[in-house]
Order: sequence, then structure tokens, then C-alpha cells
Amino acid sequence: MLAAVENKPVSVETKPVLRVEGLKAYYQMNYFGVRREVRAVDDVSLTINRNEIYGIAGESSSGKSSLIKTIAGAITPPLRVVEGSVKFDFGGKELDVYAQRPAMKAARWKHLSYVMQGSMNVLNPVRKVKHAFHDFAFKHMGLREGEFRARVESHLQRIGLDPRVLESYPHQLSGGMRQRLTIGLATVCEPEFIIADEPTTALDVLVQQDVLALIKGVQQRMGSSIIFVTHDMTVHAAIADRIGIVYAGRLVEEGPTLDVFQRPQHPYTAHLIASLPRIGDTRKRVALPGKPPNLADPPSGCRFHPRCPLAVDKCKSENPPLLARNSGRVACWRAGEVEAA
Amino acid sequence: MTALLELEDVNKDYRVGGFLDRSTLHAVKHVSFTLDAEKPEIFTVVGESGSGKTTTARMILGNETPTSGTLRFMGKDIAAVRTRKERLEFMSRVQPIFQNPFEAFNPLTTLDYYLFSTARRFLGLKDKAAVEAATDKSLQHVGLSLAEVRGRYSHELSGGQLQRIAVARALIPGPKLIVADEPVSMVDASLRMSIVNLFRELRDTLGVSIIYITHDLSTAYYISDRVIIMHKGDVVEAGRAEDVLGNPTHEYSRALRSAVLPPDPVVASAIIREKLRAL
Repeated sequence: MLAAVENKPVSVETKPVLRVEGLKAYYQMNYFGVRREVRAVDDVSLTINRNEIYGIAGESSSGKSSLIKTIAGAITPPLRVVEGSVKFDFGGKELDVYAQRPAMKAARWKHLSYVMQGSMNVLNPVRKVKHAFHDFAFKHMGLREGEFRARVESHLQRIGLDPRVLESYPHQLSGGMRQRLTIGLATVCEPEFIIADEPTTALDVLVQQDVLALIKGVQQRMGSSIIFVTHDMTVHAAIADRIGIVYAGRLVEEGPTLDVFQRPQHPYTAHLIASLPRIGDTRKRVALPGKPPNLADPPSGCRFHPRCPLAVDKCKSENPPLLARNSGRVACWRAGEVEAA
Repeated sequence: MTALLELEDVNKDYRVGGFLDRSTLHAVKHVSFTLDAEKPEIFTVVGESGSGKTTTARMILGNETPTSGTLRFMGKDIAAVRTRKERLEFMSRVQPIFQNPFEAFNPLTTLDYYLFSTARRFLGLKDKAAVEAATDKSLQHVGLSLAEVRGRYSHELSGGQLQRIAVARALIPGPKLIVADEPVSMVDASLRMSIVNLFRELRDTLGVSIIYITHDLSTAYYISDRVIIMHKGDVVEAGRAEDVLGNPTHEYSRALRSAVLPPDPVVASAIIREKLRAL
């Protein structure tokens, strides 16, 4: 009996809430007859379960923002989906982001919402905060004015904000409060799926933990799933259930957070984790040589091979597939060997 | 001991507000510290936004004058630098590195222009070959070469490489002190360590002292010799990095220290769960 009591409620539905299959999204440009193609998302497949926080890590220009934009169906040319599909499962109804446009539009914010990075850029500086809530959420909730206002106020109270902030302008609030507001904005409709793009990067260190706890709390209460994007591995360590590592537009490793940190299988992941500075440890950290690859002209074979300490000839010519290994998946020809090194 | 840089009870006030609600903001209050000329070190100023750390840096660079107190560089009051010649002399000894390398370089100008003009201005070089030799030498110190940088624009390089070029530019005049204001906050985590390691190397091989301004306690612990923690303009704690960051005594520094998430999923997720319970 006691064994059944776990951290997470055992979900009856085993169907994942999001399935991405073989997704390829390229920036395609055609200037004066010269074609350029930037492969920002290249053959990514992943599934996200209900009630899960999935962390996506990777350096800037690795394509992680393009990936989540493509998942949210929020892309504009020159970024185009070339191949593959993104399918959500909201309450048993399957929704293909790129095949069912009108249904997707209706689902947005009600089922799928977005927490953006710069809170100052989300809230209009010359309008009161209440208008932002009205613009974003009113249409989707189907409530009358008064009920809507009451719902928003009680929601803000639950995330630790005084309802009076609705009557203030964004510049009157602190950075932490504004970030709380954008989280409130994204969760007021209680969506099943939230995409969070670097929600804590612009915050002062002292409020970072509170905001992370808030996100985790909201997620647990609503039982929703979150894709959490940041390049800060310590944030992933704190709240992600699973982590996916993106390098040069490809998913190179994926697994439960604890396993990724303790037994990284891809050399890039191993490097990311080994280079994290810790207080109480001044041992010299080795920085990765070279620079991030140019996605308009990526290296052949495995895209990490020019910077990889374990690269062999095969890595230069053949692209390693993402295969299941131990508790996760990894795309590396020498996957086992990092653990020993 | 001869002092390289001496701050003596430095204060900086700003007048804020309009005509009717004018008030004074004390950005920096009673800051004093000394850097030794013979023993180059990495001196770190830690603080949140609004703590006065950038104002302190601007005063050291001579861009702001203190409201009261004195800053002396190699025995000379920075506020007394008046003539063009003195200013040039001072600037060749104290060089800045800025936060965002993408903003520090004009996107329409090739990067070598910055390096060449610095060499011409501070070293007084006229001859093209000599300018290029000086530039190449300082690029070698940061692990690059002129051949890699010549004719490139800022968008062609990564943030880490640009920040290295910013360091190389600062090294051309042969400075004694580099003031680096949040040099890694815009750089990716994977490239951050290469910049931080570079500072350590400059201290050891070239004998340059570095004032490293940051809000990131983990890199501060990793490279600093001495640390001061600033809070709302006050220095709340100062001392060796191991003591201040490993064993903080002031309330604010303890709060800062505990706000750092350890890169360990077991400990970090426990901290978040604890916070969640408190909410």
C-alpha cells in the first residue's frame, strides 16, 4: 500500500501530451537568386508526458528557441517546417499543429501557453496590467467581465501577488513581480501545456529561486506539462524531471535529470556538467575549444566532432542516430566511453 | 607596499526625481579598498542590480567623479586628470571590458579597426607593420591571431570570441588594471569558463590586476583572490574569496550565498521543494 505513494500521482493516461516526430524546420532564404538554408531544427523527435517538466538545454544559436517556436506553431517565414509533425493531445483530442490551423488557434492560451523571457517586453509599458490580462485571456475563458476579473484576482493571489497590481503600470513593479505576472498571464486559463523560454535568466539571483518554486507549484497544482528552456544547467538541476540537450539543431542526449547529471553519455553533456563552477571548489575547469558551429554550413557527420575530445574518423562522415541507451537516449558513436573518461 | 589603486571613503550621490519630488540617491557609500601594485590579483565586486557596483567601476575608469572621497591610481588622484596627455596616459594603464560584446562593437565596422586604432592611439605607432605586429601579439595572449580576426564583422563571431577580442583590445596599451563589468553575463555558460580562465592567465603571465564585477557567485568563487559584497551602495562584507563566499557572516551575503543553486539535482530540487512548502 505504502509503496504506491509516490511524489507524483500515478497517471491513468499513458498517452503523452506532446509528440514531435522527425521535425525539421529550416530558415530558407532566397535573395537575388542565391538560396541559403539554415537548419535550425534538424530531425528532432521527442515526447513529453503529462505532469512533467522537460528541460531543454543548449547554447545560444543551437536552435533551441527555433525548436520551441516550431512546437508552439508560432513560426513565420523564413522559418518553415520542412518535414515531420507536432501533435498535441489535449483531453483525448489529438491536435496536429501544422494540419489543423483553426483548431490550433482556438487551443492557444486555453491549452497551450507561453512564458516569455523579457517580462518588460510582454507587458505594454503604456497600459495598465489589467489590460494585458484582458487581451490575452478574456476571449478564451468565456466568462463575463465581472467573473473574469474575480478569476484573475484570485489567480494572482494564489501566485503571491496583490490584486492591486492590476491597476498599475509595468514600470511601477519590480523585475520579480513582472516575471510573476507573465507567469500568471500564462497560467490563468490553466493550460495543459506551458512553454517557458528562459523565464529566470533576466532576474536577480535573490528572486530566482522563488520564481522557480512558483513555476513548480503552479505546475503541480494544475498537473500540466512544461517545456523549460534555459542554458543554465543549475536551473535544470533544480526543477526539470527530464532534460534534453540540443547541439547545433539536433537533440544529442535526453534522459532523467539525475542520470544526465550523474552519468552523462554524450561528450558535450559531460563537458557542460563538468565545467559548472561550484562554490567551495577552485579546481581548474577546462573550457571547450572551438566555437559553436554555423548552422548555415554545419560540419559533416556528427556536428560536435570538431570540438569533441573523443572524435574518431567515423564521427566525421556519419551522423549518429539518437538511440535508446540506459535510462535515456543519446546520439553518439562513442556513447559509452565518456562515462569511463 | 605601493598601491596600484586606492579608494578612500568614496561616495557618489545622484539627484533623482522632478522639480517637486527631488531626492538624493546614494549610489555608493563609503567605499574604501586598495589594490597592491606588486601583487596582481583578481578583485571581485559582487552585488545585485542597483547595488552600486557599476557606479564604482565608472568612477575607477574616470567616467564619473565621486561626490566625496578620493580615488588614486598609482598615487595620483583620478579626479585631477585634466589634460589630454594625462588622460591618455591614465587610459593606457586602466582599460575597460564591457558587459555585452555585441553592443560594444559597431556591427558595421570590422573588428580589426578597433584593435588598430587602439594601437595607433596609445602606442603612438604610425607604421602599418608595427601596428599589426602589436595587435597580433595581444590577440595571441587571448588565444586568437590577427589572421582569424582581420576583416571580420562582429556578427561573424560567437559571444565568447568577441569578448576575447574585447580583452585583446584592452591589452594593447599594456594596462596595469582591467575593469571588467559583468564580462560573462551575456556569454553562454559553455564559453563562460574560457573567459574566466583567461583572466586568471592574464594575472599570472602579464601581471595585470583585474576588477571583476559580477552577480554570479560561483564564477566569483572560482577565480577571485579577494571579494567585496555590495548592497544598496554599502560594502557589507570584504575579504578573501574563500572566507567571504565560503563562510559569509553578514545577513545579506548569507542570503546571496543561499540563493545560488548548486549544480546537483538532488540538492537543488530539495531547495526548490523547501521553497514551495514555504509559499
